Amino acid sequence: MAASKTVGDVLRAHGVSRRGFMKFCAATASMMALPPSMVSTVAAAIENARRPSVIWLPFQECTGCTEAITRSHTPTLEGLIFDSISLDYHHTLMAASGQRAEDAMMQAMEENYGNYLLLVDGSIPTEEFESHSCTNGHTHLSMLKDAATGAAAIVSVGTCAAYGGIPKANPNPTKARSVQDLITDKPIINVPGCPPVPTVLTGVLAHYLVFGTIPELDPYGRPMAFFGQNIHDRCYRRPFYERGQFAETFDDEGAKKGYCLYKLGCKGPITYNACATVRWNEGTSWPVQSGHGCLGCSEPDFWDKGSFYRPLSAAYWGDARTVGIGAAAGAAAGLAAAALARGKQKKAQQEEKA
Amino acid sequence: MSGLSGIGVKVESGAAAPDEIYANTLPLLHEIRHALARLVESGEPTVIDIQSIPMGPGDMNRLMDALGEGEVRAEFEALGKTVIRESRYGGVWIIEHLNGSGGVAGRFIEITWVPSLLQAQREDVEAGLEALADALAAAGN
Repeated sequence: MAASKTVGDVLRAHGVSRRGFMKFCAATASMMALPPSMVSTVAAAIENARRPSVIWLPFQECTGCTEAITRSHTPTLEGLIFDSISLDYHHTLMAASGQRAEDAMMQAMEENYGNYLLLVDGSIPTEEFESHSCTNGHTHLSMLKDAATGAAAIVSVGTCAAYGGIPKANPNPTKARSVQDLITDKPIINVPGCPPVPTVLTGVLAHYLVFGTIPELDPYGRPMAFFGQNIHDRCYRRPFYERGQFAETFDDEGAKKGYCLYKLGCKGPITYNACATVRWNEGTSWPVQSGHGCLGCSEPDFWDKGSFYRPLSAAYWGDARTVGIGAAAGAAAGLAAAALARGKQKKAQQEEKA
Repeated sequence: MSGLSGIGVKVESGAAAPDEIYANTLPLLHEIRHALARLVESGEPTVIDIQSIPMGPGDMNRLMDALGEGEVRAEFEALGKTVIRESRYGGVWIIEHLNGSGGVAGRFIEITWVPSLLQAQREDVEAGLEALADALAAAGN
């Protein structure tokens, strides 16, 4: 079956030359946040990597995660990463429907039992609300438990699958829970974000493809390579923060000059994600570059942390006038956090080499 | 009227672009200078993945302006176009991998004598040798 092919076979079938292959590996290493010196290692691993079977189950979600990832597809590099996996079930994307689609999923699960990668987006209603989210007559809770049994690892795609997300927001009308709340005996990689950065998901798949392992994770189950540093430390507006230059409103002179958005509620200092470097829409821009503060969408319970437009310092101390003090304290804490994160990333890279 | 044409849009133009410096270009130029010195002294090449560095709007343009254009420029088509050009500083190469729709899939600065992607790749040469031999055999030579 398709999964028995190596990634090298797939690339050769696409007529990719060695030069093209090395270009693919350079872009893949970049996607995985590996240093350029790792390109030859990536090339050697990709050449012989077997295509993993992937089953993608969408649960209580808005399809935004799938949209973000499929819309990011370009006909070449990132697309080839997806060609390099055997996506055996995704009910939004697959041509088959109804019973045939379900049969395809069961067949893939049986043939690859213990080895397939399970991707989940969306949270899962539980208890008396379990039946509020079903596919083909099966509750999503039962589908998750069945599919998780034979999975080698699970990737929770988006904040809803990773932490419950918007469905779990107060008052959590369906008693929604995250994948890691319900499955505790499998390795789980959380790729949060509302939606997640497409390149980050591609990078996680590439890591699994190349190394056959799950990447090093932070305490929230997120890959360190992409979530090891916070938005604030990697923000190009950081120099304005250091100089105490802030936008006070969304249309003042400070905003026009691109000053720091801290006072407008930016959650960059408490948010870990790769937006500031990887960006969106083929690296075109990201929310802060567009003039809006970070919402912190890759953090647990981001929807219940108060107004998106309330400065972090005001949220904690209840007085917006203290924001200046907060900014000064934040700068010192930010530098320490940056040093710690850099140390962790270096350690991750060294372990990768080993 | 519906659709985008029904939305009033005010276009502001004529204003000078903000002349703010995000301070991310200069450190990179110093990093390149150190790498160039390493190449000269020990022959050790360096590759910098500039897509992974936080850059403000205009920072990339400032960096490219600072590096300028050198004597060599090459392009190849493999999974989309790749442009390799030497900067005004010998040994500092800018490599841009574009995807099929023209977007930048990877952007690197390589500090080396010759970027490895410019050289013919052994696997392609071996395949070429076989193909040429087959072509000659098919032509009865």
